[in-house]
Amino acid sequence: MKIRKQDLEPIAEGAAFLGTGGGGDPYIGRLVAEALFERYGEPEMIEASELDDDANVYISAMMGAPTVLVEKIIGGPELDLAISALEKYTGRQADAILPAEMGGCNSMLPLAVAAMRGLPVINADGMGRAFPELQMVSFNVHGVSASPMSMANEHGESIIINARDSHETENKARQLIIGMGGSAAISCYPMSGAKVKQTAIPGTLSLAKGIGESLSQGRKQNKPIDNLVDYLAGTKYYSQARRLFSGKIESISNRVEGGFTLGECHIRGIGEKSQQILTVEFQNENLIARLDGQLIAMVPDLICLVDTDTGTPITTEALKYGQRLCVIAANVPPIMRSEKALNIWGPRAFGYDFDFTPIEKL
Amino acid sequence: MRLGIDVGGTNTDAVLICDKKVLASTKQPTSEDIAGGIIAAIQQVATDAGITYSEIKAVMIGTTQFTNAFVERKRLDRVAAIRLCLPASQSLPPFSDWPSDLLEAIDARYYLSAGGYEYNGEQISPLDTGDLENIASDLKKRDIHSVAISSVFAPVQSEMEERAAEILKRYNPNLAITLSKDIGRIGLLERENAAIMNASLASHAKKVVASFKKALLALGISAPFYLTQNDGTLMQAEQVAQFPILTFSSGPTNSMRGAAWLSGINSGLVVDIGGTTSDIGALLNGYPRESSVSVDIGGVRTNFRMPDVLALGVGGGSLVAKTGQVGPKSVGHELLSAAKVFGGETLTASDVAVASGRARFGNKERLSDICPTLIEQALVSIQEQLEEGVDRMKTQAGELPVILVGGGSILLGDVLEGASDIVRPPHFAVANAVGAAIAQVGGEVDKVYGYASTPREEAIADAKAKAISSAFEAGASEDSIAIIDIEEVPLAYLPNGAVRVRVKAVGDLADQAVSEGQNENS
Repeated sequence: MKIRKQDLEPIAEGAAFLGTGGGGDPYIGRLVAEALFERYGEPEMIEASELDDDANVYISAMMGAPTVLVEKIIGGPELDLAISALEKYTGRQADAILPAEMGGCNSMLPLAVAAMRGLPVINADGMGRAFPELQMVSFNVHGVSASPMSMANEHGESIIINARDSHETENKARQLIIGMGGSAAISCYPMSGAKVKQTAIPGTLSLAKGIGESLSQGRKQNKPIDNLVDYLAGTKYYSQARRLFSGKIESISNRVEGGFTLGECHIRGIGEKSQQILTVEFQNENLIARLDGQLIAMVPDLICLVDTDTGTPITTEALKYGQRLCVIAANVPPIMRSEKALNIWGPRAFGYDFDFTPIEKL
Repeated sequence: MRLGIDVGGTNTDAVLICDKKVLASTKQPTSEDIAGGIIAAIQQVATDAGITYSEIKAVMIGTTQFTNAFVERKRLDRVAAIRLCLPASQSLPPFSDWPSDLLEAIDARYYLSAGGYEYNGEQISPLDTGDLENIASDLKKRDIHSVAISSVFAPVQSEMEERAAEILKRYNPNLAITLSKDIGRIGLLERENAAIMNASLASHAKKVVASFKKALLALGISAPFYLTQNDGTLMQAEQVAQFPILTFSSGPTNSMRGAAWLSGINSGLVVDIGGTTSDIGALLNGYPRESSVSVDIGGVRTNFRMPDVLALGVGGGSLVAKTGQVGPKSVGHELLSAAKVFGGETLTASDVAVASGRARFGNKERLSDICPTLIEQALVSIQEQLEEGVDRMKTQAGELPVILVGGGSILLGDVLEGASDIVRPPHFAVANAVGAAIAQVGGEVDKVYGYASTPREEAIADAKAKAISSAFEAGASEDSIAIIDIEEVPLAYLPNGAVRVRVKAVGDLADQAVSEGQNENS
């Protein structure tokens, strides 16, 4: 199935939803993908199950400061170079491109480079949502290393990092990124088709598209949020999707620390629920939701804030006093809730002193 | 004595202000040639106030001419965009995501050339003088007279944009050139878009300024005239031809500044209820709060400094549905023929205001068959929408004074949740023109300091002094200049603690014109 140019907008909006507050604005990424689709044609999307076991699969993404990305825009040549640098190092030509995360620009750039290279993009990713760090992917959970990893910039310069594990790859990469001008195109977690089948979270690209489409169709009938929740609840893996709460932001406290936006926002209910307060705690992404102090949803389950009227997903940095919003939560696929996975991205990985409880049990 | 004029799409308003009092005000239809409407408005206020034109010491004009021209794609110049970026930022050229009719209207053309900066001010690559000379001769060959130049990270370092402009000027001294660093903030596409918009208005701006001049000369007014900017300060007429875009949202700004001045309230919310929408803005120290997000103008995304305004689809001409829902559709300009009280067949918000006794105009008897429950529901709809809007424009919980202006303000009663007080100042219908008349002159400094080598206090003091002297040069009287805004943005990852410091100073216009006003202050 081809990914068409007109699919990019719903995918970007779906990725903003799955980004659960993080991932940043996909606008630039979407424009880059549109431009490359026009120039090179629309890429094919394939399922992970269609891959040959010995196929060579490469991740494509950008890494670095969002403020740099909006000035020095990463495009086709940089993304392409990151992959070819890694191909040269491993000696294996890419057969397919795999997204690392569904959120912000990184949901769009793999599509752009797939179009440019004439390669298929795989309907899967490593997070099923957005997380802040390179090692927080299902590939790492299941023993695939982020190294060797490549980084490339607009000058045709590339760097290969070969660190001892995925976490160290992240640490080395963060230091090198400064010398690359604050942001760079990257490729990492090179793996075989067989490994992708074992470790990737399947169906997330079409999921993002489905979310985006359910919102835009719902807007025509004036019920975007109902439409979205119905759509999610009808899928195989997100059947516990639900509307947690509706209200308006009464206060927000946040601070920027080491490149992360940390804090919480308090949402007061409306009408008969006006005595209730739902608190969402975030570290770039929304991590925890409590209703009057009681836990009702937690990472890695999805906690998404959307505009009450339009259903538009709201990012953490765009939260403002007085906004009317609706909190939607959904379960995530079993592969993301395994013990190994929770060690990497469960509540304890973000500094909380409690274990994960699925939303259907809260 | 100051003359404030607001040239809108429909009406041209004028006010005469002297000694902090409004002497006279008028509303006249805007004429096709602009000048005619201005002349009629000036003649009217002068007659009403019983003054001679020589008593007018300064003329301040607010106008939406340039915004309208851009949105309607009329009278725009052909523009070439030159971006200094190579080898970076190639995949998204200038004009990405522009509406196709607009691309056609300005015959969009772009050139990518070497240059631009990294986030820390280092060069991406050196400027390619030879390439720029080629571009210059190509522009000449194609008969293009208006150019926008952008470079990567121009807000951090602008030297290359300036050097590129010099090279182009050598080939064509009459070229109208806009530099992105003069207009926008971080965000290459949005800043570049704003620069292109500005460039597209170059000839129209010259014509509009000339027609203002002509109108004033025709009446024998020799006082200097100024145009008002988005930030509520004045720009000399000659400057407008260079930066028409800086007037783009002077309308809402003037309305808010006028409301503040008329009501004596400097911090609070302004609700301007018109025929189709209600515009809600926030006042801080007498100036509108600025928007922090990208703004879409005529289908183009930009990021230059604009007041933060929330537009709701509730106005005097809003349609009332069977459910009592008011807006967002409106009869707009046809209110005087379409509304029931004026003999039409459409139930509008104005009819509701008349039926409820909040307003008295038209023929109330024509509403006798309307169910009182529907009127009640419509009033609730208006109330709820405005209350929610007012709440959204606050930055924290608590009550604030609300200043009501605009012809549609009759829609609202005397209660508004979230308002500590509702003020309806006199002359509210011409708040725009008042805002223009009271505009001040400003000076701004935007500079990167290394706090490691220049201690913070020293750097801030230096920036303040520069802002004050730039306000003085712009024509502010020395003793009235005050610093109204200081912004420090640390540039990430930099070893020497580099911080971008922006300081803004404003003061009263120093000339004969306002000496009376200043005497009163001192």
